[in-house]
Amino acid sequence: MLELAAIGTAAGLFSGLFGVGGGAVIVPMLVLRLGYADREAMGTSLAAISMMAAAAMLAHGAYGNLHVDDGVLVGVPAVGGVMAGTWLQQRLRPRVVRLVFAGVLVVAAIDLALK
Amino acid sequence: MIAAVVIGAFAGVLAGLLGVGGGVLFVPALTVFLGLGQVEAEATSLLAIMPMALVGAWRQHRYGNLRAHDAVVLGALSVPGAVAGVSIVEVLPERLVQIAFAGLMLLIAWRMVRGAPREEPEAAVSEGPDPGRPAS
Repeated sequence: MLELAAIGTAAGLFSGLFGVGGGAVIVPMLVLRLGYADREAMGTSLAAISMMAAAAMLAHGAYGNLHVDDGVLVGVPAVGGVMAGTWLQQRLRPRVVRLVFAGVLVVAAIDLALK
Repeated sequence: MIAAVVIGAFAGVLAGLLGVGGGVLFVPALTVFLGLGQVEAEATSLLAIMPMALVGAWRQHRYGNLRAHDAVVLGALSVPGAVAGVSIVEVLPERLVQIAFAGLMLLIAWRMVRGAPREEPEAAVSEGPDPGRPAS
């Protein structure tokens, strides 16, 4: 429970620092520290991210930074995409998904380092 | 505009497959293809991420991959964490923080690749005690 709380706080901390990085922290910590199966970690991470995004959105909305039309333009295809992605995840070996995850982390790290 | 739609769909697939928010893709799509500023893009990306993550979590619940109680603890405590993160960025040199996080992500990627994933989540849960799991 304490470790779970620490992971949540750390994920929030990194997303507050960089605007991204919630899932990149939550998924590996659940797997490596709490012994989650990969799919469970990734499913649970999505639910936590939806709460995190809702809170951050309210804060940003208060400052008038939200462009609703543009959000809908990328958000609607994203909802279709996430259904395809979760479907695909059930059909790929966890080992393969984990390699893709690691690859995305490496790309994100390089992107961040070159900013 | 077409490019923004395509990137949105791709970010959704990646988010569903990997359990991440996809901000890494949404924010550039909004700045490069729809002409938003950085802060507006970060804010607007949340508008896409929130419903997307919610639908993804619902799908994962149907697949039996969601631990709802744990997700609520993670989500609730991430909020004060994010507030702290925003304050820290005001104090520490941003470049240092970026390099440190990049290094951390590389380390995590390495550890994920080295470890072997558990293949069958449901079966493993019903198989009795697992030393890697918390007692609760």
